[in-house]
Amino acid sequence: MQTLTSAPIPPVGPEDHLCGEGEEGLIVYADLGCPHCAAEWGKLRERPGRLVFRHFPVASTHPRSPALHAAAEAAGRQGCFFEMVDSLYADRGRVDDPHLWERVERLGLDLRRFEADRRDEEVEARVKRDFRSGIRGGVAGTPAVFDACTLVAVREREF
Amino acid sequence: MIAVGEQAPDFTLRNQDGEKVSLSDYRGRKVMLVFYPGDFSPVCGDQLSIYQEVKPEIAEKGVELVGVSVDSFFAHKAFREKLGVDTTLLSDFEPKGEVARAYGSYLDAPLGFANRTLVLVDEDGVVAWTYESPNPGEFPGANVIFDALA
Repeated sequence: MQTLTSAPIPPVGPEDHLCGEGEEGLIVYADLGCPHCAAEWGKLRERPGRLVFRHFPVASTHPRSPALHAAAEAAGRQGCFFEMVDSLYADRGRVDDPHLWERVERLGLDLRRFEADRRDEEVEARVKRDFRSGIRGGVAGTPAVFDACTLVAVREREF
Repeated sequence: MIAVGEQAPDFTLRNQDGEKVSLSDYRGRKVMLVFYPGDFSPVCGDQLSIYQEVKPEIAEKGVELVGVSVDSFFAHKAFREKLGVDTTLLSDFEPKGEVARAYGSYLDAPLGFANRTLVLVDEDGVVAWTYESPNPGEFPGANVIFDALA
């Protein structure tokens, strides 16, 4: 098994999910089941520049997170990764399977393909790769925002 | 902070189910004591949740995580359920913080709880590695644990 010792987060690469414009921007490790991420997501999306989304599902606390990250990946295979992420954060109370299918329909995606893709082992592996890179980079809570691979923002908490 | 190479002070505390657990129960195994400020605080919740996600990999290294805070064991039980974690949590409740003090982790009044501290105790009950957060608002990412176990 690959080590989880400290390492800088990987630079932006071809596998990353990118939105926004330009070569400069932020990388956010986020949990699709996390209310704090949902609260910050709109601000991150409105910010000028490039934004990279990396998966950081914390399943113990948000048991639905792995399914939501897989759903985003599956939507991404049909070109709608960020549309799915936006929708999941915008309506956190509706994240069961029928609600995902509603989103798939609304986004005009192929439901059968979505259902197969979100259960694909490669999708699970893809999410895990991001998660593990976050662990190695010292992510200690979500959302964790990096600028040029340097952690620049975490949720403010006293202790 | 207790020094590497010292014998780890033995203790007996109640776990989340009210059962008595002693450090000496772990003799022959490695244990990572995770001192943290308190149940239900945001950072403590994130810390234990993230550690939970990599617990199998930590176990593969032959190490068991054990959380310690000044909360009652009833609070520990509720906190574990809220977080969905199964890490053993020990109650350093009465005398308050006595174990944290023995390890040099206790933050006196007005805080009155343990700083976020990791103490790796080896198979012989000797302190093998320690980490103390600069302040209770920061916790060592799980990477820090894997660095210690590498």
